[in-house]
Amino acid sequence: MKDQPKAYVIGFTGAPGTGKSSLVDALIASLRKLDRFVAVIATDPNSPFTGGAILGDRIRMQRHALDPRVFIRSMGARGHLGGLSLAARESIRLLGAFGFDPVILETVGVGQSELEVAAIADTTVVVLTPNLGDGVQMIKAGILEIADIFVVNKADLEGHHRALTELRSMLSLSNVPGAPKAWKPPIIPTSATRSEGIDELWAAIESHRKYLASTGRGERLAAERLKEETAEVAAEIARDRVRRALAEDPALAERLLEEGTPYGTAEEILDRKR
Amino acid sequence: MATKTAIRPVRIVLAKVGLDGHDRGVKVVARALRDAGYEVIYTGLRQTPEMVVDAALQEDAQVIGLSIHSGAHMTLFPAVVQELKRRKATDIVVFGGGIIPEDDIAALKEKGVAELFTPGTPLQGIVDWLRKRFPEGSR
Ligand code: B12
Ligand SMILES: Nc1nc2c(ncn2[C@@H]2O[C@H](COP(=O)(O)OP(=O)(O)OP(=O)(O)O)[C@@H](O)[C@H]2O)c(=O)[nH]1
Ligand SMILES: [Mg+2]
Repeated sequence: MKDQPKAYVIGFTGAPGTGKSSLVDALIASLRKLDRFVAVIATDPNSPFTGGAILGDRIRMQRHALDPRVFIRSMGARGHLGGLSLAARESIRLLGAFGFDPVILETVGVGQSELEVAAIADTTVVVLTPNLGDGVQMIKAGILEIADIFVVNKADLEGHHRALTELRSMLSLSNVPGAPKAWKPPIIPTSATRSEGIDELWAAIESHRKYLASTGRGERLAAERLKEETAEVAAEIARDRVRRALAEDPALAERLLEEGTPYGTAEEILDRKR
Repeated sequence: MATKTAIRPVRIVLAKVGLDGHDRGVKVVARALRDAGYEVIYTGLRQTPEMVVDAALQEDAQVIGLSIHSGAHMTLFPAVVQELKRRKATDIVVFGGGIIPEDDIAALKEKGVAELFTPGTPLQGIVDWLRKRFPEGSR
């Protein structure tokens, strides 16, 4: 395990349409010049009703399609809690073993998905744009806490300077609880479509990586995450066993309905020999 | 009974190949397939057969759907089938639609294209065909 090559994981999250895929596309181009092998896992939500999805991130990165050192995989988040992170983490390990480094993880910041990204990524990049409606006030609760780096994209659009100023003053006002004082998330202005600010973004990611390595924080996080992932896998296995037991054992299911004892029944199933 | 996590939607890569900007049809089809429970990866305009096959392999797709209105269907469809053979991925099903004269349809099917849908096809017809072709994958 220790000797296995491990990919550095960069998460990109933010509201729909802020330019995450375009930024990733530009970053891939820069990283290829540095001769890095880059993998991307891009997630989009599935419809909760049909399970279907249009996975639309790849279209922005398709110019790298024929480069064998760029691997792009779209994933439906499949709409169930934890499912994305389990699938993504397993893919990241595989891609790392194949020599891809970094692995970039893109997720639309709706619902809980941005928290899932932050729980997987070594560096989390939160992408904002000038047209966030009522300025930066619109930023969702919780998003400030997870950002290691802020990108204000679409620097070519009007209102960009105001957005930058607002974000700066907001960050200086908010004393984010629990956040390590030693790392102050930098704010990087970019224009993904013009490939501007991409080198600065990469430099910021690199300095965050060095910060994690030199302070030992990276190692602590990795250890915590491995434990947390194990707990999630266990929960997934337990869920599966309980569902199967209830489907295969009608008498048990009937007794559950009669007695209405989910805790007791769950324990009974998990105590069974397999 | 399969548990929720075990259900794996059929994954379909959709593409416009060659120099052809007619993307209305493919976008309509993409939405219809999503609404029918499929996972659709649209790769966009001006794709080459190599790009499409590469995307299908990376995306672990079971189906490639091509949309062609340029008149180049007799070269582009077989080129994709050929590329799949070269990459040893003939289990991936190729189908499609667009402006394709009746006479060419039979010839393309002989060359390994599974099915073709021309203008005016009801979207449900496309969904029904996929459901028949992938009975377990569809929900
Ligand atoms: C709208 C249109 C345009 C629009 C396109 C807008 C856009 N972004 O899509 C514009 C004005 C840009 C355009 C331009 C041109 N067009 Co035009 N255009 C049409 C028109 C009138 C309708 C096409 C359309 O959108 N239909 C609606 C959609 C929903 O239907 P559909 O695409 O056929 O899709 C259905 C099926 O085909 C099938 N399907 C399609 N794709 C797929 C994929 C899969 C996987 C599956 C399962 C099914 C499927 O399912 C869909 C639902 O039923 C057709 C004529 C016609 N009646 O088809 C001409 C037509 C396609 N155009 C034509 C031509 C020649 C051109 C130009 C070259 C004209 C010129 N000289 O400049 C340019 C080329 C532009 C370019 N860059 O490629 C010709 C093509 C002739 C040929 N191939 O032999 C047509 C047939 C007109 C004609 N009768 O001459 N065009
Ligand atoms: N003007 C301008 N437009 C941009 C920039 N970056 C991205 N866009 C445009 O914004 C739109 C959305 O870009 P994407 O890269 O798909 O955004 P996204 O955040 O990945 O979108 P989702 O994955 O759907 O949430 C596209 O039309 C892009 O061309 C930029 O720097 N400037
Ligand atoms: Mg995107």
